[in-house]
Amino acid sequence: MTTHDGIAKGWTRDQMAARAAKELQDGFYVNLGIGIPTLVANHVPEGITVTLQSENGMLGIGPFPYDDEVDPDLINAGKQTISELPHSAYFDSAQSFAMIRGGKIDLTVLGAMEVSEGGDIANWMVPGKMIKGMGGAMDLVAGVKRVIVVMEHCAKDGSSKFIPACTLPLTGKNVVDMIITDLAVFQRTDHTSPFRLIELAPGVTAEDVAARTTAHYMS
Amino acid sequence: MSKKFYPDAKAALDGLLKDGLLIASGGFGLCGLPERLLDAVRDSGVTGLTFVSNNAGIDNEGIGKLLRTRQVKKMISSYVGENKEFERQYLSGELEVEFCPQGTLAERMRAGGAGIPGFYTKTGVGTLVAEGKEVKNFDGQDYILERGIVADLALVKAWKADETGNVVFRKTARNFNVPAAQCGKVCIVEVEEIVPAGSLDPDSIHLPGVYVQRMIVGAPYDKKIEFRTIREREAA
Repeated sequence: MTTHDGIAKGWTRDQMAARAAKELQDGFYVNLGIGIPTLVANHVPEGITVTLQSENGMLGIGPFPYDDEVDPDLINAGKQTISELPHSAYFDSAQSFAMIRGGKIDLTVLGAMEVSEGGDIANWMVPGKMIKGMGGAMDLVAGVKRVIVVMEHCAKDGSSKFIPACTLPLTGKNVVDMIITDLAVFQRTDHTSPFRLIELAPGVTAEDVAARTTAHYMS
Repeated sequence: MSKKFYPDAKAALDGLLKDGLLIASGGFGLCGLPERLLDAVRDSGVTGLTFVSNNAGIDNEGIGKLLRTRQVKKMISSYVGENKEFERQYLSGELEVEFCPQGTLAERMRAGGAGIPGFYTKTGVGTLVAEGKEVKNFDGQDYILERGIVADLALVKAWKADETGNVVFRKTARNFNVPAAQCGKVCIVEVEEIVPAGSLDPDSIHLPGVYVQRMIVGAPYDKKIEFRTIREREAA
């Protein structure tokens, strides 16, 4: 939330997650990525019930277990121990990705290293560094109905992460619907339209965003 | 006891192992790993193996044990983090890795076992994964051709099996164990418990016995946890 001119403004990681949670609708089936996206589960708006999917084979992820209820056979996709809910269901990996690829999951929230103005996302590989693999990210961005990226607006070196064209190997091409950063929210209505700046974080101006963004967008 | 039942992992693998095999393994991280069978493959000394497995284990767990002994030539996986020996062999070029998106990997195994040699998917279109693969447009959308996988041997961990090989899994330990079992020319399942035929609900079988050729009881298990995350009880 601290920008490079040293003035504290914008959203914290938790506030970014809370902003993403506003996109949840009652009855949604949702897959949350690792990192800030996981925090979205802590901000589900009152009166709304969503079912969280874990791509290793579960619908209805419960909270972390109590110490004496930890079960090695019950983990999320981040390999953390979790608990089940009364409506939970388990299934195998082929079934799990059938529902992802088949468009049955309403929303996914993912982190990213880069997003392009055409909705491409890169979040799995930096050439020259150790490559860990894409896991389920390519399937999620290709198959889930709506893809929201939550990421810091700028990289550690201050460069924009929302850029004209991705420089890193892609996770998906023309798949992102909304971008939530610590400074602003961008959205597009469909995959042929440009992104539009629809919201600013507190204390952030449209000029601040423009100065820190190399992607073209509508304001 | 049924003809599918073997006294231990070594006996269950008898006559099936040789250098250069393609082996499918179930498991996600350390959850649902066929650890007895993987240990027995390591102890057999076979080399040049290719493993189809979502992950590569971690240092000295799961397939990580066979990486340490240099028995693995190639991994087909979606995610291989958290493994120093893997990293060393991969970066030095000793180990070949084919990265495959997780859902595509599961479907390649399922399809291979279901007699489907290839299928089209939109996963990976426009990425490195699509390189060298046929692209076909259906109804205005591009898809890439992915091949089904048929493994020489499938290693699977389950919760319970009856004497005929009908299998049930427990919670998220099911994961890749079902597609692994389906894609194997021969499938060996290690279970926590074998129960008499008739004691599992026929409506609740996760993997029908037709997919299972050999079984062992691997219990007792000391199941490992990668990240133990808990919450505090609220004060009464």
